Amino acid sequence: MVAPRASLGSVQHVREALQGAGYLADEGLATAVFLALSLKRPLLLEGEAGVGKTELAKVLATVRGSELIRLQCYEGIDASQAVYDWDYSRQLLHLRAAEASGEAAGKATEKLENELYDERFLIRRALLRAIEPRNGVAPVLLIDEIDRADDEFEAYLLEVLSDFQITVPEVGTFRATEVPLVVLTSNRTRDVHDALKRRCLYHWVEHPGFEREVDIVRLRVPQVHERLARQVAGAVERLRSLHLYKPPGVAETIDWATALGTLGVTQLDEAVVRSTLGTVLKYREDHERVTEHGFADLIKHAFERGALNG
Amino acid sequence: MTAERMAVAFGRVLRGAGLRVPLDSVVTFVQCLDAVGITDRNRVYWAAHTAMVRRPEDREAFNVAFAVFWDRISAGEDPHHIAEETVSLAADTDDAEGDDSTERSDDSVSLRFSAMETLSKKDFATYSDSELAEAQRLMQRLRFVGSPRRSLRLRHSRSRRAQVDVRRTVRSSFAHLGEPVRRQWRAPSERMRRLVVLLDVSGSMEPYARAFLRFMHAALVGRQRVEAFTLGTRLTRITRELSHRDPDKALARTSQQVADWSGGTRIGECLRMFNDRWGVRGLARGAIVVMLSDGWDRGNPEVLGDQMQRLSRVAHRVVWVNPLKVTPGYAPLARGMAAALPHVDAFVEGHSLEALERIAAVIHDEGGRVAGVIHA
Repeated sequence: MVAPRASLGSVQHVREALQGAGYLADEGLATAVFLALSLKRPLLLEGEAGVGKTELAKVLATVRGSELIRLQCYEGIDASQAVYDWDYSRQLLHLRAAEASGEAAGKATEKLENELYDERFLIRRALLRAIEPRNGVAPVLLIDEIDRADDEFEAYLLEVLSDFQITVPEVGTFRATEVPLVVLTSNRTRDVHDALKRRCLYHWVEHPGFEREVDIVRLRVPQVHERLARQVAGAVERLRSLHLYKPPGVAETIDWATALGTLGVTQLDEAVVRSTLGTVLKYREDHERVTEHGFADLIKHAFERGALNG
Repeated sequence: MTAERMAVAFGRVLRGAGLRVPLDSVVTFVQCLDAVGITDRNRVYWAAHTAMVRRPEDREAFNVAFAVFWDRISAGEDPHHIAEETVSLAADTDDAEGDDSTERSDDSVSLRFSAMETLSKKDFATYSDSELAEAQRLMQRLRFVGSPRRSLRLRHSRSRRAQVDVRRTVRSSFAHLGEPVRRQWRAPSERMRRLVVLLDVSGSMEPYARAFLRFMHAALVGRQRVEAFTLGTRLTRITRELSHRDPDKALARTSQQVADWSGGTRIGECLRMFNDRWGVRGLARGAIVVMLSDGWDRGNPEVLGDQMQRLSRVAHRVVWVNPLKVTPGYAPLARGMAAALPHVDAFVEGHSLEALERIAAVIHDEGGRVAGVIHA
């Protein structure tokens, strides 16, 4: 593991540390991460699906040598699934055991009740675990696809992210000794509330440019030859310009390159593209559109891009 | 120059450029500047971007504002001076709108009585400004509920058909030494479907667009989970601008935001953009989509047909409101309209208040009435 903190003292260091863990960030993203770390503020990432928002959180956990706690949001998520819950069956068992051994009769009811709300019956969900980590090291908390959760949950989250403390009425208040690094992601299926946005630093993650995408492929799929990496990035660049229903993201580019590497392909041709296109495009209409557009042009573009200083 | 002076001044410049910049963003920017310094243009740019931009639509305006601001700071100008200039420009236009709105409200007073009767059948194209204001008041009574859908959120329930709520049952059992005397239940709750309204603001729709915009405002203010867009030569999201409670302010802000008012028509292209950026990605999923348009499209009608099909596949219902439908002998001859119709669940007229009331009913009611409306 990389030594935490020491390596993240400037924008440049953040960039290098991320790269060392296999993530190429541009200057904007590296600055946003650096600021989130130094200001101890949550970072809200928005962008198209597949540009590496979730991946960033995972890599940050590796870089800091800390645990990644992921909270996947969905409609209807509530405090008992995100913050804490009581282990009811164990509480009930405890009560029965006390009854059976005759303890219950001897003890004051109040004392027995207090025992029921002991911390050992508390089930810690993602948010509570992030605030009070087991090993004492501040974790990376990934709150994924916040736009899928309801507004009510967002309001609750706002409270947690402002004070980094959670109150469990029966036990007391948990307060983070060290503020966790929080990364929120959103696909923008609806607007996240302004109040929550104000708490966060914000970055819109773009599709990478051609050269950076080549670098990403080479970093993530090292078994693929540079020429093929350039051709794949070139073909993807052309695909993104075709007005597809779902333009391929970086994740798809990496999948495609991996697939080609596995097949032992050294350069693109029509047959190869045709048989592997399913790793990049996931809609029937998109396949039709590419067929209509013609594979020849796609491959020509890929070769032109691939040839440049390659 | 200090970081504070720079941050405050730039915040004001951004506000002048139309961005929302709350005070805490400015404070954050100061903290960011402390972390990256104020001399390197790139660093300051990204620090400002991270702290003050909150949605991708604002990036263009931000870039322009930053470029101007930085150039003039580098030229040694006082940052507050730069801010003054830009802000005063924005303030002037605000005043002009204020005057306008007071005049309008004077007119409407005389019209209050029995306005419902006289206005309900009148074609929007023949409305005067004062009638429009009155119609707006009437529109605010419209309710757009729509069929709810099952939410994943479970709520406490008295019904025995529901599932056992272990949490509540066990909690209440503690009062009886762990004996679950009364079982507690919970069942999925219902939640309102999102309502997405798309307004065609092309030249041919001009007589109706101003009334429809008020209709959209009534929907936005009267109901949760509404999204509003305009289509013309480009797609503009106006949810935020139009959701201001005061109708005059809402309309003024919206018309500032919409650049292609009464321009050309490329509904197909705009709809594609809507589907790509918003609709298919989630906004229109399971939603009730209302399209306010006469169906005249100068683009390729195939595009409109394809995009309507895409939209109808993700939406719960698609309602097309066409103000021309009431014309005697109307047939959907506009090529775009003909291409879109197979993918529309309800095709209704929308030329008058009465017709708008019926739209509210169509949105509200799923059942048999819809079939009647389609061919009415």
